Amino acid sequence: MPEPINVITSRTITLPQENIDTDQIIPARFLTTTTRSGLGAAAFHDWRYQENGEAISNTPFREEDRASHKILVAGANFGCGSSREHAPWALLDFEFKVVISTKIADIFKGNALKNGLLPVEIDPDTHRYLIENPGMELIVDLANLSVSSPNGGVNANFVVEPFSRRCLLDGVDPMGHLLNQDAKIAAYEARRVTYS
Amino acid sequence: MPLNPIPKTLFQKLWDRHVVVPETAESPAVLFIDLHLIHEVTSPQAFTVMEERGLKVRRPDLTFGTLDHSTPTLPADETGALPYATADAARQVEQLIANCATHGITLFGMDDPRRGIVHVIGPELGLTQPGKTIVCGDSHTSTHGAFGALAFGIGTTEVGHVLATQCVLQRRPKSIRVTFDGALQKGVTAKDMALAMIAKIGADGGQGCAIEFAGEAIRTLSMEGRMTLCNMSIEAGARVGIIAPDETTLTFLRGREFAPKGNAFDAASEDWLSLKTDDGARFDQEVFIDASDIRPMITFGVSPDAAAPVDGTTPDMTAEAEAYMKFKPGRAFAEETVDKVFIGSCTNSRLSDLRAAADIFRGRRVKSGVTALIVPGSEAIRRAAEAEGLHEVFLAAGAQWRLPGCSMCIAMNGDKGDPGELVVSTSNRNFIGRQGAGVRTVLASPATAAAAAIAGHIIDPRPMLEGSS
Ligand code: SF4
Repeated sequence: MPEPINVITSRTITLPQENIDTDQIIPARFLTTTTRSGLGAAAFHDWRYQENGEAISNTPFREEDRASHKILVAGANFGCGSSREHAPWALLDFEFKVVISTKIADIFKGNALKNGLLPVEIDPDTHRYLIENPGMELIVDLANLSVSSPNGGVNANFVVEPFSRRCLLDGVDPMGHLLNQDAKIAAYEARRVTYS
Repeated sequence: MPLNPIPKTLFQKLWDRHVVVPETAESPAVLFIDLHLIHEVTSPQAFTVMEERGLKVRRPDLTFGTLDHSTPTLPADETGALPYATADAARQVEQLIANCATHGITLFGMDDPRRGIVHVIGPELGLTQPGKTIVCGDSHTSTHGAFGALAFGIGTTEVGHVLATQCVLQRRPKSIRVTFDGALQKGVTAKDMALAMIAKIGADGGQGCAIEFAGEAIRTLSMEGRMTLCNMSIEAGARVGIIAPDETTLTFLRGREFAPKGNAFDAASEDWLSLKTDDGARFDQEVFIDASDIRPMITFGVSPDAAAPVDGTTPDMTAEAEAYMKFKPGRAFAEETVDKVFIGSCTNSRLSDLRAAADIFRGRRVKSGVTALIVPGSEAIRRAAEAEGLHEVFLAAGAQWRLPGCSMCIAMNGDKGDPGELVVSTSNRNFIGRQGAGVRTVLASPATAAAAAIAGHIIDPRPMLEGSS
């Protein structure tokens, strides 16, 4: 169960590229793990390290920013590609709490919400402003569904699927919600038509 | 009785049949899942949650496991040990074997003749059937929609939900109908249709939607071709690709191990043929593509929508893609030299794909310096191909004939390209690093990939097809 989220105030790291796929977020060779912890080391691995393992200088991901830059702003169609939940696990372990884009890929969005990484889709104008101003401080408010900056330069709204929002705000457990439907599931099973 | 029932789309019919608890503003629908497929990569953490919470698998009878992503495609050594890429890969396989044993789930293990890539074996065994809801912790689950099933990829948390409750929480997606009018030209395949569609609507053109494929070119497509097309619908951002079942579907399923038998098959058939979009049903969006305009396609960038006809020149692309792929806008594709060719994956590793490749390889040699890897999608396909002697055609041409698995599609098992290499691949993703760090991937049909192996550069396969039977 993810920790409840309410308001996140942090600085941004910006990646203007569009179509950042889950193979970029965590390359497939790191998927042989059988746990969900410790994947931060693999987050954007090939953007951060050369093939010989040496760190690449000049990446947007600076070690000293990790605690203070928990908001990732990326180009459209972020998280496209595979359904690997390792992608949000890696981003969360890298200490990201929010991903902002104009469009976030559907399966990634669902996976992120289930793990307490908040996907925020905002309007193109605000998005452009954020991309042009890397490192700015933002206040992401899940209760009010708003993104703002302390100086008032940014003021945008977003939408989160209401059930996921309730899960994140109040700590409602989706597995518990499903387990509570047991009687209805049993009734469905009883009337279900099968052919073999 | 109402005189005019509201016309429904195929998707709506499938959805309505599986609603356990309807969707409300506050909560998504609870949908019952008829078939849950699992593999070694996306399931371990879900089983851990089951254990932590002390939960039992609700319907082991509706759950089937296979080993495909991390498994080697080279044979065991003299001691019987399989050449796993890493100890972690071997451990992941061990863990699925143990989890299936603990929970009473049927697993098609390494020695099982039914083993193969999850989206290949489901249809092959007749587990995939029209009207079913099918999920797997894998985005290409959309493949199974070729049978008129409602099939979509889920994350590992949801794998846990399905293990525990046989249900998922879902909001109903928007719908798109893509109609392919006209007939395909000779030498043009379902892969080319898929790439042409993605190039037209974009990698996020179907974002979160259910796409129904319709039209003359779909009705005449084989089940293999329909699977290729539905498989690739995720590369347009869609969750679901579906095609209404017809006689082609029934013919494919009749007699398969898990398909209904005898009278039950007849009863099922009647129901299955009713699964189609009613006249007058409304889609959120309609797309029309003239199938007769489609030429053999390849990708040139780092997203599947960067696709163009293989007999042309590289179009303009993003600076990032140009820097990575080193293709020059305006330069003929035929000038791009190829290092490796991969024929396989859940997109194009079925018998008809291997036959199409063999038609090109027959009587020809792979260009020296080019490595060609041919990886059947399943054990059954491997055996069928060998019974026809296809493997001899590949070996005689100088290509490698491997054991089934995902192999170079995802490059988790040790099969991969080297940095800077250009790989022509029949798989579904040309993302940066997908086939190994620094590898440049070009997606194509089996014929186009095979032709590239022979020529040593990208090439239109059609002239080579002229010379074959
Ligand atoms: S062949 Fe490729 S796309 Fe298909 S299931 Fe395997 S890794 Fe995924």
